[in-house]
Amino acid sequence: MSRYVKPYGDTLDDGKVQLSFTLPIEWSEAADEAARRLVVAMGFGDVAIAEGRPISSGFSFFVAYASTPAAIDVAAIPSTARATNVLSMEDIDARIRERVGRKVRVAGACIGSDAHTVGIDAILNMKGYRGDYGLERYKEFEVFNLGSQVSIGRLARFVGDEAIDAVLVSQVVTQKGSDVRNFTALIELLEAEGIRDRLLLIAGGPRMTNLLANELGYDAGFGRGTLPSQVAAFIAERLSERASV
Amino acid sequence: MNLRIDSGLVDDARRLAVATVDPVSAFIERHSTVSVERAVLRLLGLGGAGADGVPYANRFVEALPPSLRARGAASALGALVAELGVGPVEIAAREAPLPLEAASRVSDAAARGALAPHVEEGLRRIDASRTERERLMMRFPQQPAPLLYVIVASGNIFEDRSAAIAAAEAGAQIVAVIRSTGQSLLDFVPEGTTTEGFGGTYATQANFALMREALDRVSERLGRYVMLTNYASGLCMPEIAVLAALERLDMLLNDSMYGILFRDINMQRTFVDQHFSRMLNARAGIVINTGEDNYLTTADAVEQAPAVLASQFINEEFARRAGLPDAQIGLGDAYEIDPNLEDGMLFAIAQAQLARQIFPNAPLKYMPPTKHMSGDIFKGHVIDALFNLTSVMTRQTIHLCGILTEGVHTPFLGDRALALENARYVMGTARHLGDEIEFKRGGIVERRANDVLRGAHALLEEVAERGLMASIEAGRFADVKRAPDGGRGFDGVFERDERYWNPFEEALYASLRAAS
Repeated sequence: MSRYVKPYGDTLDDGKVQLSFTLPIEWSEAADEAARRLVVAMGFGDVAIAEGRPISSGFSFFVAYASTPAAIDVAAIPSTARATNVLSMEDIDARIRERVGRKVRVAGACIGSDAHTVGIDAILNMKGYRGDYGLERYKEFEVFNLGSQVSIGRLARFVGDEAIDAVLVSQVVTQKGSDVRNFTALIELLEAEGIRDRLLLIAGGPRMTNLLANELGYDAGFGRGTLPSQVAAFIAERLSERASV
Repeated sequence: MNLRIDSGLVDDARRLAVATVDPVSAFIERHSTVSVERAVLRLLGLGGAGADGVPYANRFVEALPPSLRARGAASALGALVAELGVGPVEIAAREAPLPLEAASRVSDAAARGALAPHVEEGLRRIDASRTERERLMMRFPQQPAPLLYVIVASGNIFEDRSAAIAAAEAGAQIVAVIRSTGQSLLDFVPEGTTTEGFGGTYATQANFALMREALDRVSERLGRYVMLTNYASGLCMPEIAVLAALERLDMLLNDSMYGILFRDINMQRTFVDQHFSRMLNARAGIVINTGEDNYLTTADAVEQAPAVLASQFINEEFARRAGLPDAQIGLGDAYEIDPNLEDGMLFAIAQAQLARQIFPNAPLKYMPPTKHMSGDIFKGHVIDALFNLTSVMTRQTIHLCGILTEGVHTPFLGDRALALENARYVMGTARHLGDEIEFKRGGIVERRANDVLRGAHALLEEVAERGLMASIEAGRFADVKRAPDGGRGFDGVFERDERYWNPFEEALYASLRAAS
């Protein structure tokens, strides 16, 4: 059943949004009008330029409020939730012992030129994140944190040589689409090596979503605020399913 | 606004830092690295690269057999100058193999004599940059600290230039050009102006010159000197220090341990490289910015506070040994406490004020929140405002403006303008707050500061006892473990033999002795 929604200002379906942007022109009253017309050209109605001012020579900054005529059918959006239960560290360890029957080998790496290891360290390091222990603390995970700036070739070799079960790949820098290219290149390499199918491939990073990860061909994606136990539970459940097939 | 802290403990922490650095200094004195040698060559005129893109300095050092390398690249170059009767530049550009065999028969005295005018010229160029900076800063005085520092990171030096000019007009006093994320691991310095990179663009001499020229023009127009910053870190630390000195950068990010812990660069390489880099920075009048903020972004900020202070003591001691006066030692800290922690701002004030009192003459570098900045730009802007307040209250010197879109994208031009406006507003409206208030005796802030000081002292005690390299190996800093012979760049470290010669080190030590 369809359910169309619009942004909510103070009245249902008023479609109110706030926008802010910079124009590469000197500020003047005419610049405010240019900003207003720009927002109209974007398809918005009821455009009010709440603020317009110079921010440096040749650049002006604007804050606008406007109404959008667009609406979206929220019922048509595919679910982005990963079907994982909330499990404790002990439950996860127990599940792996019972259903997988051996230690699960997990490798993590920041790929490409990315040097930001905050996310992957939060998931893997014993200490964990927000009081939730990292995967190194689990009895049934054998964790290999390869650190930052790991080339895709090196990661693929490591995964093959060390009989890794699950790979956590992280990349933060989103400049000019480098992250997407690297994520895709890794999959292609693993497929070429013939080891993609036996792996759980998990993508991470502050802008990652499960939906994007699935589109890229990964088994799951985890974004900002993810707790280690969520990743651990996903690995345990998915490998349990595979073991029982 | 002064905290009552145990000054005896501060003195003892400094003593422990000396004891920690002593054995590392002894190691540094016996070693050199390929990047130190390349830095020497660049100062002797071996800038630029051949037609194949390989920098002359790299090509020359790679051509040296280990026995000649152990005497220092300057020894070999001096011998070649004496033997061939041409200058360093001609030797660098020479297509034919270098007659190293013949050169090895040249006496040390003849080699050194042949190179003497080029050594003089190298020092003269560094000194000329420094004098020029002093002249410009007299003419165009900076506004009072905290000095507002912003980053430009478009990945294209020409866009970075536009962003830097706009930022200066919006109030920025220092502009840092972020490097491409991979550059710290390159064992050479790229050439020319660059328009690509991830998360920034390359540090090259041409990029430095382009930015300096643009900022000089904007400084003149605004009537205040706008500083330029880049990164002397990674495998080419000393070479970047040379290029920065020649192109009149005013600050350099330079930490004694950052590369080891966070970039897996070999610790021996890093310790040797940071020392020579800092000697050059000292002579060039460049202010270093140390990287203690990294302890806080990678681990819990409340727990890591003592590690920050301990690292500040260690960085200070390494810097002083390289001849940096306190006024050029920009020790780092960051406002990274979890916003959900009750009284978190009080903890941040405690740490910032503690550093201010312990290092009264250091131009402290205060880094903005990053770890707890979500995509909620509205909340982020508020957190940044409290960071700005903490900075002005505790009289930090170098203030890296927090940007509301931190963690979303590299800053847009408009984001930077909003960040500068936030800082200017808060620092203007609360300019003298710190002079007007006093800390409650034995209150939360004072207790926290003393806890952090005791924790740092205990950590330094342990590190001094165990040894700095062994402590890093044991994971005592940032929970990261590194082996003394592991990491990148280890193969570029070598022992000096008794005929080793580094003419710039010699000259810099001589001027240090003359000054003291």
